[in-house]
Amino acid sequence: MESQAVTDIQTTDTVAAPTGRNAPAEKVKIDAEAVNVHYGDTHAIKDVSIGILDKTVTAFIGPSGCGKSTFLRCLNRMNDTIDICRVTGDILLDGKDIYDPQIDPVQLRARVGMVFQKPNPFPKSIYDNVSYGPRIHGLANNKAELDEIVETSLRRAAIWNEVKDRLDAPGTGLSGGQQQRLCIARAIATQPEVLLMDEPCSALDPIATAQVEDLINELRETYAVVIVTHSMQQAARVSQKTAFFHLGVMPEYDDTEKIFSSPSDRRTQDYITGRFG
Amino acid sequence: MTDISVDWTSPAIGERIKKRHRADLWLKGGGMAALGFALLMLFILVSSLVSTGADAFRQTHVTLDFEVTEARVAADDIFRGNFRAIVNDAIEARFPEVTSRAEKRLLTNIPSNGAQTALRDAVIADPSLIGRTVTLTVPVSDPYDQMMKGLIKRDTPEANRRLKDNEIAWFDQLQAAGQVSKPINWALLRSADSRFPELAGLKGALWGSFYALLVCFLISFPVGIAAAVYLEEFAPKNRLTDIIEININNLAAVPSVVFGLLALAVFIGWFGMPRSAPLVGGLTLSLMTLPTIIIATRAALKGVPPSIREAALGVGASKHQVVLTHVLPLAMPGILTGTIIGLAQALGETAPLLLIGMNAFITAAPDSLFQPATALPTQIFIWADSPERGFVSRTSAAILVLLTFLIAMNAIAVILRRRLEKRW
Repeated sequence: MESQAVTDIQTTDTVAAPTGRNAPAEKVKIDAEAVNVHYGDTHAIKDVSIGILDKTVTAFIGPSGCGKSTFLRCLNRMNDTIDICRVTGDILLDGKDIYDPQIDPVQLRARVGMVFQKPNPFPKSIYDNVSYGPRIHGLANNKAELDEIVETSLRRAAIWNEVKDRLDAPGTGLSGGQQQRLCIARAIATQPEVLLMDEPCSALDPIATAQVEDLINELRETYAVVIVTHSMQQAARVSQKTAFFHLGVMPEYDDTEKIFSSPSDRRTQDYITGRFG
Repeated sequence: MTDISVDWTSPAIGERIKKRHRADLWLKGGGMAALGFALLMLFILVSSLVSTGADAFRQTHVTLDFEVTEARVAADDIFRGNFRAIVNDAIEARFPEVTSRAEKRLLTNIPSNGAQTALRDAVIADPSLIGRTVTLTVPVSDPYDQMMKGLIKRDTPEANRRLKDNEIAWFDQLQAAGQVSKPINWALLRSADSRFPELAGLKGALWGSFYALLVCFLISFPVGIAAAVYLEEFAPKNRLTDIIEININNLAAVPSVVFGLLALAVFIGWFGMPRSAPLVGGLTLSLMTLPTIIIATRAALKGVPPSIREAALGVGASKHQVVLTHVLPLAMPGILTGTIIGLAQALGETAPLLLIGMNAFITAAPDSLFQPATALPTQIFIWADSPERGFVSRTSAAILVLLTFLIAMNAIAVILRRRLEKRW
């Protein structure tokens, strides 16, 4: 039954991501309005508004330093940890402002999971890596439930078969691609609603990248996935929506197919045709 | 636009490359020379300490028959017994041919003052010895010990010698009879300080140093880590925290004698804590160890990769969870190394302890934090200051003991770092 899921993933790569095809039942999960971010005196994000759809992969593309990672980190308030960073504007998750004083960023980050550029498993066992989030949030009542969460998360991250016999082994001993999938398992173990991925494949080889991309396609069934990527091919492969960032503004946000075939903004066209970036 | 053409085979370029290689060699050679110089100095230090200190690890003893008569020791009050007289009787009985009063007095100088104490302890331990003859091996007094170790030379003219010809002759008789031995000087570690070098030991100093370091550790370790965690993880970056940071760094460079004066004024003067007590010593040392631990801990915390913090924050860990379960364990090897190095510094610190009176002459090891004691470095100071020749070698021996502890502590730091270090 569970091995079914794994074979499914292996077959999906031939199907390729349904780029462009309007995903059914579009519901806005995150609604950002006129977001501005300042780092000290630097105006990093200027008036960005975007509606991120549920059960959809949204790609953020753009040249280095354009603010796409900064914007991504606004969505789970990771920028709070930087003293000089100031965020204004509204970011609504299911209609609720995440910068509202009543919202606790600690809880928000469990609902909006994040996967980082460099695989960063804790220097603890594979089991502890995945069970850490559920444990601190009290998601499991007993050991059996925790075991189940760990197994489900590892299965969903398509790494269960590789690690099920060595859950006590250190997570840092895995290969780069496995580590990144472990980090994805760790992120989905807290049952998030949104999954943010900051260039999740930039430190991986092509084979590991393909595995993670397949996985992203799978995860779309359950979550709203936002992925920052430098690779336009990757954006085209995995996403249904693409936002183009340039010098802190977002000139264009549309269906991925539209962006890559007939962009309406000149800067987008220059970027995807390789004129700069 | 001009093309720059380079002839890589030209002699000028060849010469340049040679010059650069020569410079490499100079740099490397300079480094090796510096290292060699440092090692040579270390070798000279240790070898001179060993050559003078080795003598102190053996002590000349003499074996005599002591007649513990009831006239000298009353069974119901052993402690008040006249053991001095018993010892004098014993040595006089050993040389019946010596009859003059002056010579008899010289004879009684052969056994150390510690002989009567050793005899008393033996009788207290076993009162049935009263009325019997006890054979005991007791330390000889310092001049005879010096002679055995070759420090008083027989070929020195008698007038310039501490031991006269007749004294040497008596001792030679004892030696010929096999009554003189030179066992390992356990008293060096088992006895407290004494006026007589042959009896003086480091027990008091070792306990004093142990108690002081215990206090120092118990205060500076938790306080130092807490302060460093706050400064590194929680404190906002502003003028106030900048000033605090600068002050902590400066504190680490304040001469230790200043801390001693501070402790004298505050701990002993205001708070009325006991003078010479390891408690005050430990508090003083913790003032000096704190900046070291704070700086080491902050460096260790900075060394934890930000990706680990991000990972923990990303799954919704709160600040204390990030710090306690992820950052601190990863920083622990560095923190422990810094702490042990700080404690090792504290162990060798002398000046502040002199000011709070831990250089007193104390002949009993402390039983608690509040009793007067010396510490290893102050004991070295006291002995180095003493005129008796026997203290020369004991000073070196005490330095060797101190160095042994320092090396042991640094070795522990290395082992802990190896054990706890995790890769990520």
